[in-house]
Amino acid sequence: MQFDSPTSPHGHARTSVTRVMLRVIYALIPGIAAYIYFFGWGVAINILLACVVALVCEGTVLRARSRPVWPFITDGSAVVTAMLLALALPPLSPWWLTLCGTAFAIVVGKQLYGGLGYNPFNPAMLGYVMLLISFPLEMTSWTAPQMLLDVKLGLIDAATAIFAGRLPEGLPIDAFTMASPLDTLKTQLLLDQTVSNVIATSPIFGNIGGKGWEWISGGFLVGGLWLIYMKVISWHIPAAMLGALFAVAAIFYLIDANTHATPWFHLVSGATMLGAFFIATDPVSAATTNPGRLVYAAGIGILVYVIRAWGGYPDGVAFAVLLMNMTAPTIDYYFRPRVFGHDRK
Amino acid sequence: MSANLFHDGVDILHGQRRLWSFHGGVHPPQHKHESTNLPVIRAELPERLILPLHQHIGEPAEPIVQVGDKVLKGQMIGRAHEFLSAPVHASTSGTIVDIGEYAVPHPSGLNATCIVIEPDGEDRGLEHPRVGDYLQLAPSALRNLIREAGIVGLGGAGFPSYIKLNPGKLDGIDTLILNGIECEPYITCDDMLMREYPREIIAGLRVMQHALQARVCVLAIEDNKPEAFRALHDAALHEAGIEVILCPTIYPQGSEKQLIKVITGKEVPANGLAIHIGIVCHNVATALAVHHAVEHGRPLVSRYVTVTGAGVSQPRNLDVAFGTPVRDLIIQCGGDPAAVKRLIMGGPMMGYALHSHAVPVIKTTNCIIAATEADIVPPRPVMPCIRCGACADACPVMLLPQQLYWYAHTNDLDKVQEYNLFDCIECGCCSYVCPSNIPLVQYYRYAKGAIWTKEREHEQADIARQRHEFRLDRLAREKAEREARRRLKKASLAKNQDKTPHTEEAVDND
Ligand code: SF4
Ligand code: SF4
Repeated sequence: MQFDSPTSPHGHARTSVTRVMLRVIYALIPGIAAYIYFFGWGVAINILLACVVALVCEGTVLRARSRPVWPFITDGSAVVTAMLLALALPPLSPWWLTLCGTAFAIVVGKQLYGGLGYNPFNPAMLGYVMLLISFPLEMTSWTAPQMLLDVKLGLIDAATAIFAGRLPEGLPIDAFTMASPLDTLKTQLLLDQTVSNVIATSPIFGNIGGKGWEWISGGFLVGGLWLIYMKVISWHIPAAMLGALFAVAAIFYLIDANTHATPWFHLVSGATMLGAFFIATDPVSAATTNPGRLVYAAGIGILVYVIRAWGGYPDGVAFAVLLMNMTAPTIDYYFRPRVFGHDRK
Repeated sequence: MSANLFHDGVDILHGQRRLWSFHGGVHPPQHKHESTNLPVIRAELPERLILPLHQHIGEPAEPIVQVGDKVLKGQMIGRAHEFLSAPVHASTSGTIVDIGEYAVPHPSGLNATCIVIEPDGEDRGLEHPRVGDYLQLAPSALRNLIREAGIVGLGGAGFPSYIKLNPGKLDGIDTLILNGIECEPYITCDDMLMREYPREIIAGLRVMQHALQARVCVLAIEDNKPEAFRALHDAALHEAGIEVILCPTIYPQGSEKQLIKVITGKEVPANGLAIHIGIVCHNVATALAVHHAVEHGRPLVSRYVTVTGAGVSQPRNLDVAFGTPVRDLIIQCGGDPAAVKRLIMGGPMMGYALHSHAVPVIKTTNCIIAATEADIVPPRPVMPCIRCGACADACPVMLLPQQLYWYAHTNDLDKVQEYNLFDCIECGCCSYVCPSNIPLVQYYRYAKGAIWTKEREHEQADIARQRHEFRLDRLAREKAEREARRRLKKASLAKNQDKTPHTEEAVDND
């Protein structure tokens, strides 16, 4: 008589990669909802388009690499990558921008490195940076928040704008776009304006950050905290990244409040919250030890500030994440937890 | 549950010592109540008892009976010659019908030497001399008595207990911990034992305390066993120096080093033993066995075994004579051995799957899970490691299972050791939580095996090289000596040619 005899443990927790990724997707919902509320249906169309492209690319490459397609298509990781990339794009980006970025993220950023688990860089950020370098104009023409617009864009309008490059009533897309708050602040500061002046004169600023952005960031914060609560991510990366960004911003703010935005502004602006809870925490490309994660994420927080303040781009989350991705293996090697029964080294 | 712990209106947890915690751990579904509903009964004696000579850690016992001999229950049939060994006793009266190779409980499904007894049905016991007052015995005599009773750690490890009852160079130890944690799911044999024999367990604990000259005794029970806790709490109420404490349930709290951390806050050094920090841990069932041996002169011939899983209709605990085949237990609990999908000896986290249901229950068998599809998740596809760190968060040893996996998987045997592979206790927490379903522990076992093999080969090569060098050395030395002799002879010959001839003999005789 023979039984099947695999080794212990014989049980397994109810968990899987798909489950983890699904939770990440659920956690994105509040932020996405706020984003759609403030910036219109374009956001939703971008996300949907990116997801379809990602799944098609993933499936095609998996087949070409003669890897099993079904388990990897359903693991949810391609969808998460697509969503993160789409969230980083301007809400009325032309369709080909989303397509190029997503295809690059999945094919080059993920599959060419060996697929799930083997990509040293965050694929979504790789796709984003590729777009930013190749199509700087498209990537920085941000839609204005809906409340600043006279015409409200419906679902059909947004779709026409994205797929046909036209707007209703023959309006040019430019009528709906303006620089993002981080961008505005950056250009205006270069023109020797003071921070308080810029914020007071431009309508895109709200109470602490950009109008609408405060809510979107709040949505991502809520989703992110839920992920920590559900133990999908650990607190180390968000805490260290936000903490470091806040600390550096606070130092410069205290030195000169005229030329440096408040630390709060940095926390709710651009991709800070999305980055802290959803991008920097991408497990594959992040540091994997808990002490290492603190160092890794603090590095991101500092780099975000440096790029925002002195770099050539308005937001620095993508570059900061990619730069720290490179250091993750080294950080993991040097920052290991103390093993039970061993002395602290 | 805490309502149960109010006794005569007093919260009996009040004043309990401060507890610590260890890193990680998991909370798998308990599945304990299934086997605690029915009372414990004696398992029926099988047609033949198969008693392996190796039921413990260390050297196997050597048979001291022959085929055809009649034996009585409790009679020694295998003697322990080595220091690290334990004797084996007949678990009922009957006739020795064979001494040979039989399948024994082992992960690799191997055969080993067993003594087979055909019971005569009378279950006649040997008259054992009573010890009287153990306090009058010299500690070494007490230990010897425990050794001769064949007692080994009954929590699952099977380490000969008498060795762990020796304080060694210390005058006495600091804390004696009696482990009633039983943290693995499904297993309830210690729970039932504690409910039924609280006084005897405390008495056994006293014997152990005496042997070790322990200052404090702590009996630790997880809070999923309130009945057992109350029974022992009451039994120890007027016993000075014994603390019965309740610990929050978490796996693997019953692992010795983790339990020591929880109770004392101290970590046993990685390459050290608990006794090095003045602590010794024993299992509650071992304490009961010690009590029986010392108080009644009864050697260890049976134990409580949990028989559970969806493959049996009456999961329960049985008092099983060693050597009883697992098949008989499954049948007695209303199961069909042929319908069982996986037969697990031990718990679901650390137990191993048996290859055959003909293997016998031995001293370390605490649980048999006759598992069907209802108990086992069907295998899901193994995905690549996504480096999520869930494994590291669950590891009670604070290892980095994802890194260990990476290096084990790429066969980098130096790196896995640098990441402290040998500190891994194979508790399975990492595999349990891994979203990619990677059988991590399997990789670690494999890597450990590969390193041992390599080291053995290395050693053997070393020995061979040493032998070779030694031989060359010897040859060279012999040659040099011969050479020297010849030269000496020549020289003296030359000298003697012009002197007296009788010295030539002297030179020849050297
Ligand atoms: S839990 Fe599994 S997937 Fe996650 S890091 Fe550990 S081994 Fe990798
Ligand atoms: S099996 Fe080893 S590595 Fe895995 S959790 Fe247990 S001790 Fe840690």
